[in-house]
Amino acid sequence: MTETLPDAAVPNPLDEAAITAAVDQAVAAIAAAATLDELKAVRLAHTGEKSALSLANREIGALPKDQKAAAGKLMGASRGRVNKALADRTVALEAENDARILVEETVDVTAAPRRRTAGARHPLSTLQDRVADIFVGMGWEIAEGPEVESEWFNFDALNFKPDHPARDMQDTFFVEPPEAHLLMRTHTSPVQVRSMLERELPIYVLCPGKVFRTDELDATHTPVFHQFEGLAIDKKLSMADLRGTLEHFARQMFGAEAQIRLRPNYFPFTEPSAELDIWHPGAKGGPSWIEWGGCGMVNANVLRAAGIDPDIYSGFAFGMGIERTLMFRNEVGDMRDMIEGDVRFSEHFGMEI
Amino acid sequence: MRIPLSWLREFAQVPADATAEDVMAELVKVGLEEEAVHRPTDSVQGPIVVGQVLSIVKEPQSNGKTINWCQVRVVPEGREQTLTGAGIDPSGVQGIICGAHNFVEGDKVVVTLPGAVLPGDFRISARKTYGHLSAGMIASVRELGIGEDHDGILVLSRIGLDPELGTDAMELLGLYDQAAEINVTPDRSYCFSIRGVAREYAHATGTVFTDPVSKVQVPTALSGGYGVKLNDDAPIYGKPGCDRFVARTVRGVDATRPTPPWMTSRLRLAGIRSISLPVDISNYVMLELGQPNHCYDLDKLAGDIVVRRATAGEKITTLDDKERTLDVEDLLITDESGPIGIAGVMGGAHTEVSDATTNVLVEAAHFDEVSIARARRRHKLPSEASKRFERGVDWQVADVAAQRVVDLLVELAGGTADEAGTDVGTAPDAVTIELPAEYAAARIGIDFTEEQILTSLEDLGAVVARTGSGYTVTAPSWRHDLETKDDLTEEIARLVGYDKIPATLPVAPPGRGLTRVQQQRRRLIQALADAGLTEVLAYPFVSKAANDTFGVPEEGAARKALKLANPISEEHGFLRTSVLPGLIEVAKRNHSRGFRDLALFEAGLVFLPGEKLGTSTIPPLGVKPSDEVLDGLYDGVPDQPLHLAAVLTGHDSPAAPGHAPRAWDWADAVDIARIAGDVLGVEVLVTQGRHQAFHPGRAAQLELRTGEVVGYAGELHPKLLAAHDMPARSVALELNADALFEAAADVIVARHISTYPVATQDVALVVAQDVPAGEVLAALREGAGELLEDVALFDVYAGKGIEEGKKSLAFSLRFRANDRTLTADEASAAREGAVAAAHERFGAVQR
Repeated sequence: MTETLPDAAVPNPLDEAAITAAVDQAVAAIAAAATLDELKAVRLAHTGEKSALSLANREIGALPKDQKAAAGKLMGASRGRVNKALADRTVALEAENDARILVEETVDVTAAPRRRTAGARHPLSTLQDRVADIFVGMGWEIAEGPEVESEWFNFDALNFKPDHPARDMQDTFFVEPPEAHLLMRTHTSPVQVRSMLERELPIYVLCPGKVFRTDELDATHTPVFHQFEGLAIDKKLSMADLRGTLEHFARQMFGAEAQIRLRPNYFPFTEPSAELDIWHPGAKGGPSWIEWGGCGMVNANVLRAAGIDPDIYSGFAFGMGIERTLMFRNEVGDMRDMIEGDVRFSEHFGMEI
Repeated sequence: MRIPLSWLREFAQVPADATAEDVMAELVKVGLEEEAVHRPTDSVQGPIVVGQVLSIVKEPQSNGKTINWCQVRVVPEGREQTLTGAGIDPSGVQGIICGAHNFVEGDKVVVTLPGAVLPGDFRISARKTYGHLSAGMIASVRELGIGEDHDGILVLSRIGLDPELGTDAMELLGLYDQAAEINVTPDRSYCFSIRGVAREYAHATGTVFTDPVSKVQVPTALSGGYGVKLNDDAPIYGKPGCDRFVARTVRGVDATRPTPPWMTSRLRLAGIRSISLPVDISNYVMLELGQPNHCYDLDKLAGDIVVRRATAGEKITTLDDKERTLDVEDLLITDESGPIGIAGVMGGAHTEVSDATTNVLVEAAHFDEVSIARARRRHKLPSEASKRFERGVDWQVADVAAQRVVDLLVELAGGTADEAGTDVGTAPDAVTIELPAEYAAARIGIDFTEEQILTSLEDLGAVVARTGSGYTVTAPSWRHDLETKDDLTEEIARLVGYDKIPATLPVAPPGRGLTRVQQQRRRLIQALADAGLTEVLAYPFVSKAANDTFGVPEEGAARKALKLANPISEEHGFLRTSVLPGLIEVAKRNHSRGFRDLALFEAGLVFLPGEKLGTSTIPPLGVKPSDEVLDGLYDGVPDQPLHLAAVLTGHDSPAAPGHAPRAWDWADAVDIARIAGDVLGVEVLVTQGRHQAFHPGRAAQLELRTGEVVGYAGELHPKLLAAHDMPARSVALELNADALFEAAADVIVARHISTYPVATQDVALVVAQDVPAGEVLAALREGAGELLEDVALFDVYAGKGIEEGKKSLAFSLRFRANDRTLTADEASAAREGAVAAAHERFGAVQR
């Protein structure tokens, strides 16, 4: 819109009423400008060279000397009012304009695409790390060994007599040829034997890892699973130390209220031996004791096999299944979910456990 | 082991109202783990009574069958029916339809009255059938859940019973009894008997135990009986296969007499089927005393019994009517005719007792554990007898058990026992153990009192003598597991109670934390997960074909791999030499479940057998092998490096508004391999590679700076993908993670960070199409000298303006000096040096 004032005569710079009217007219037009473009037109019309106020201002030079000051003062104030109105309106319209652009740029944030997807650890692997961290925090070290083992490390060194039925209990995968006496370790205990042979005494180690038994995969069995076994060899260790260690560990894993129970049991590699139960208040079907693993005082024959004098040193050992721990800790109902590698299973856990 | 409660009550003080669950709750305290409850009343409920068939009216049916309309009296004549309920006739006579025909008027039978429930939730009620109101059922053993015989009705006279009418038949048949099933660990063989478990029950509850042995009157000495010779000329580990053989003879036995219901009921609850009276007696005594024993038909024996090892090629037909070829290590019971039994495992068919048997020879022997275990394994013949013998049987109980069998044959089968009997063999030395006074306390952490120690050990049946420094303990003959002071310590702790053990936390010496390799492995696995891949843990069992394809780059080469002797499936009979086959299986499984976009990885061991495989012998237990022997054991264990592998298929992200997902391609596989190197601080170099599992033009060989090949990455071979039903263009990588760990620097030395301005220069080089960009880049780097801070390939162009068969590679070079601002001339000179090197090596010309 262009603002033209065709009929406006040039007001007298001494005519206060006429000047004020012109100013009022300009201020009103400024206020009415709805956009920056309109405001630009208003500015040209009311402050441009041909505007009434500019023309009036130019008249000052022709006035007698004694009237110049009064006219100058009047015109200065008047033009100041108009300029201030212009500046204020400009700020206001610019702010409005900025705000409108931002409104126009609105997106639907709920439709944001997933450009990067987080991966996931397998919960068995995460849980294994968690267990290791608890023991490392107690000053223990993590020991590892091969999954295909010599029969001696897996059985004989652990006091399994060659013809004893205890060997059959282990449902072993043997590697061909049989004369090589190699097998897939049935527990991580061979790592205990290696630790005793290779480390300085005293020994406090945790041995996590994969183990193998010839069970068909079903809801509660798998031929490949994970264990962690602990071994402590020191002077004067007793079964009370075993209990204290297990209790501490259980509380780190399951909270300060966790309780454990030891029941007599048999393992060739420990004597006395015990079954370890943990109290599971949230078990399906009501609170109950859940079988968690086995433990006991290291059999003197095992110490002898590693060249440790059982009259000077004693030790304790324990072992639990990681799958089993995950099953009751995290309520996994079916073993196969842990085995099949379905991405939904791992992704649900993410990096945590 | 299943323990019928009525049987246990004979020797232990089990409360009258105790259930199997109550008994198991006590036994678990002393280490006998609960397995199951067997309780007939869980599936059978009365009223089930004795009735007598008054009349049978045969009614032929239109379908050809004949049914019987029976009147059955279920209360004694002249007495009133006291039972009430719908369908129970107050007259005491029930009208019942019955389809079986093996009974006659006057027979006493088991009547399930309306209101009764039979196994399978079979509810009995009065109902209209065949034109009559049939008010109950005349039951067979199968219907009652007490046997398999469904040929017909259980006629009580045939099992030797003549009870009053209306008698509770459930009581009569032992259906109110119940059994607790417990798990017996291999060391506690004595708990494969009622005798052993009753003793443990007494331990658990602090009550009195009555030894069943004390109820049997055994002659002080036996002589003049059947000839028996123990001729073991090849003892195993120096122990004779048989060190006691008791033989007794009973004549005039009626083998056809029914086994009394109390005995069949207990056997049934214990899980043993009734076969014939002599066999049932034999099994009953085995269960009660833990001594396996055998009844021979005396008249089928020829000459002396000789216990000896088999000769090569010798054969026997065992009780299960199978002919078995014997091994020279098998211990046999023989007579003049040859083998009549595999000792402790199974008897022979020829001399077994039959209905015609009248004279019986009872054998109760003691065999060596190892000998029996080996025979059982060799012939795959797990039996109730071998189970006990291979774990160890009480040497002292053989004559008692034989006497008990004899007594029952006399009492139940009408036989007459011969005065004369045979008992040959030599008792093993009793085991005595020195237990220092404070030993158990130190091992367990409980300050046991002297009384606790003495009481516990004596309760077990041990003889204890106090010595100056402790105790001399003679283990009871049935406790083969008690050999050391630790064994005694366990017994003391067990009987005092494991729940009394306090908790103390030992403090380990200061540790070193995770080893470097453990940290590296964690970082690697975490980095791949962080990069968006999902970790899986596949089985390491693969086919030979999978190893031959993925485990070796050259086509047609066979991968040396370990074979399992007893795999779960022959198809997956080998151990993996590559992690990829398992990952591909997992990818396929996910794909078939509807997941098209997959990025999977696994870090796992692979098995790489070398020249040396295992050891031909293994050292004995309980002794540290020599260093030489140990080295042999270590060396024989095959190399098992950790491999990292990944398979990617589909797209990197789901499609969404304003977002186009990118299909995974070969470069992603290469990139992940580089990330693996990056997080470990190891440079993974990429060269054009060849591997039969990969696309021949899209495979990268991954190398270390040393030139060591550490893996492959790229697009999987299209034919392989098609053969495995995998989506086209799936990509993969596999790396030897252990090699990366080893290549990582121990300490990373910092670089000087120059703050002088950078000078960048771009250069476009034209080279032949087949020149790898990576090698041109390497040449530039070398030629540019030490002012070069970085160089990167940013474009490849071929086509208009470039000669046919050539391509243009655009690189940006970044120069900077450590000590000054570079002049334009210096930067240009360095660039010229770089270009000159590329020209010299590849004929590169600036565009």
